[in-house]
Amino acid sequence: MNFLTNLISGLSLGSVYAIIALGYTMVYGISKMLNFAHGDIIMIGGYVSFVLTMYVGMNGWVALLVAMVVCTLLGILIERLAYRPLRGTGSLAVLITAIGVSYFLQNSALLIWGANPRVFPSLFEGINTIHAAGGKLTIAPVSLFTILANILIMIVLTLFVNRTKAGKAMRAVSEDNGAAQLMGINVNQSISLTFAIGSGLAAVAGVLMCSAYPVLMPTTGAMPGIKAFTAAVFGGIGSIPGAMIGGLILGIIEIFSRAYISTELSDAIVFACLIIVLLVKPTGLLGKKVSEKV
Amino acid sequence: MGSVLTIKNINVYYGAIHAIKGISFDVNKGEIVTLIGANGAGKSTTLHTVSGLMRSKTGDIEFLGSSIARTPAHKIVEKGISHVPEGRRIFQGMTVEENLQMGAFVSKPDRIAHNLEYVYEQFPRLKERTKQIAGTLSGGEQQMLAMGRALMSDPRLLMLDEPSMGLAPILVDQIFEIIQNLNKAGTTILLVEQNAQMALSVAHRAYVIETGRITLSGTGAELAQSEEVKKAYLGG
Repeated sequence: MNFLTNLISGLSLGSVYAIIALGYTMVYGISKMLNFAHGDIIMIGGYVSFVLTMYVGMNGWVALLVAMVVCTLLGILIERLAYRPLRGTGSLAVLITAIGVSYFLQNSALLIWGANPRVFPSLFEGINTIHAAGGKLTIAPVSLFTILANILIMIVLTLFVNRTKAGKAMRAVSEDNGAAQLMGINVNQSISLTFAIGSGLAAVAGVLMCSAYPVLMPTTGAMPGIKAFTAAVFGGIGSIPGAMIGGLILGIIEIFSRAYISTELSDAIVFACLIIVLLVKPTGLLGKKVSEKV
Repeated sequence: MGSVLTIKNINVYYGAIHAIKGISFDVNKGEIVTLIGANGAGKSTTLHTVSGLMRSKTGDIEFLGSSIARTPAHKIVEKGISHVPEGRRIFQGMTVEENLQMGAFVSKPDRIAHNLEYVYEQFPRLKERTKQIAGTLSGGEQQMLAMGRALMSDPRLLMLDEPSMGLAPILVDQIFEIIQNLNKAGTTILLVEQNAQMALSVAHRAYVIETGRITLSGTGAELAQSEEVKKAYLGG
């Protein structure tokens, strides 16, 4: 039964990675850039939620909604101020800018909230751990909720992208930016919307992650950001189901490595798996083959 | 016959390369006008400038009497110019139907069903393949889809860039027949072609572009008879 408990922890951690990876993969798909500041949006979401619950006394769930709004606006603002002026220039300039934005966010948080780790108030405080199978299987409420939230987000997002006009426009821009403009699609608006969705989801991921691992620091978003980026590449960057599968697999590998092999080596094992997948299938598990246009 | 499109002295650059050197021409209502010329002469660049994907440093582009030289690309479609780019550039991962929906992105909802019917009437092959992924269509079908997609926005001016590229001769004939049908149904067409013979045979008027300049102009029949054109573009 220990195995099942670990599996659920793995799925839960993987769900957090998957939700973050969505932001990476959608932004990459539509604007072909790696937004390395994405991980730090998680941290901002965590702090906003922390401040609102601890100092303003807001209900945790309301604080989560506010954090989503703040992160959504922040994502749109970052795209508008930092990335849009560089559109059409080389990808290296955008990549370096993204790293710059990442440091800017981390250091702003350091300035505002200080370097001391804060203990994040869990969304699920007071809700008992679920015991099943005669006490052998334990499920934390945060794990269960994270897994369900991930499934719901995936369903809603898939429907949005495949069924709505705005979602289809996003797919069109991802496939061919120029042709999308010739259809009358406002590419800037589509890209803004993508950043908005990705950043709003990052706030959800931040609050869920901090509820499970309640330490909040300015660098809190960095490692999960890198792991989620790995998950996106693992699953095939640009693919929404790829982000989900990549995230879940990564979470399970990480928890199982910690449980059965070594806590210290768990990150090394995660990244080794990425290298192996990329050696065998360079486009990731669900990645599309990139066909160069003539 | 009023002018639909008037191009006045445009100059377009790719970085330091001066691609279009002061081109002026016009397209009148109901016409098929063709731009012919060698690869790299600036034909596609001209179309890209009209549809707003590229910008001219000088001059003006007037569409139905108002300037569109500074209008963003996605607004130009709304004004009534549809551009079928070179290489078709259909959305490969989307279905035929979704591609057509994208073509109708700026259309009023009450026009969409009507336009879809019109497109399926012009291209019955597309109707048989509505749920098929566009990337799996044959080259000819992809060209039809690209043209159908462009027609979904009710264009006043349809710009076609190399519609015959990479197609078997029988399909080329078919595509040109459709171009003439669309024109007879009232669509004004600006056609860019390397297949000068076919282009001149359907065009009311034609311009020859060489290294960014217009060097010859006249009716399709006149240019088809011109010694210079015969030598350079008709293999005569």
